[in-house]
Amino acid sequence: MRPGEFRSQIEALRPYLLRYAGLQLRDAAAAEDAVQEALLAALAGEAGFAGRANLRTWLTGILKHKIVDTIRRQSRERSVSDLGAEGEADESDGLFDARGHWEETPDAWEQPEGALGQKQFLAALEACLQALPERTARVFMMREHLGMETPEICKELGITPTHCWVLLHRARTALRLCLQTNWFGKS
Amino acid sequence: MNLLSCKETSRLLSQGEDRRLAFGERVALRVHLAICKGCRNVSRQFRFLRQAVHALAESDAGK
Repeated sequence: MRPGEFRSQIEALRPYLLRYAGLQLRDAAAAEDAVQEALLAALAGEAGFAGRANLRTWLTGILKHKIVDTIRRQSRERSVSDLGAEGEADESDGLFDARGHWEETPDAWEQPEGALGQKQFLAALEACLQALPERTARVFMMREHLGMETPEICKELGITPTHCWVLLHRARTALRLCLQTNWFGKS
Repeated sequence: MNLLSCKETSRLLSQGEDRRLAFGERVALRVHLAICKGCRNVSRQFRFLRQAVHALAESDAGK
């Protein structure tokens, strides 16, 4: 690789990386910082890339660590009372009757895969994610976007696996209902 | 044989995306899903959410 070529290839991936970090951190400035740190680390570690096939995958791996660092820092700065704010309220109350049956049977979604290529669908999904409480969204995105395993997520956030699963179920339920209302239920 | 309610099924379906369910849990889920269309729909939708988040990362919809 010619001198400078590595740098320009890395720079070309900046928009993707910013989006990647922004989805998790939900804060443009924090995302910008994480990407900047990742790019600096990548430039310093060019040798580590030698011979690897995919620059984007390699950079995303570095960025993931920077994002987790940011999350760790943030959760240390937050007070305990903030963390408790999304208490034990159970979103699934109201969805089920006293015997635990659906009050309203969930409908099937028509050809959901077809929606994945549509800009408007992705915008609706993003709006649904934005509507999640912060902590719930954070855990869900660590799991589904960063692809972390539950024990790692628990360790980083200092919560129990049970709490983690409650938050993940809450997120999935809220997203399912939000997409039903704002996308799949509309015809 | 432990029969699941829809509420418990939804919870287990979600956990099934995050951990390996115990044998008994998997059997109980399968029995419930065989008779409950609503929960089958939820099962597909939970799995679809993962695909959808990946699609979002690949898109530039946020700009």
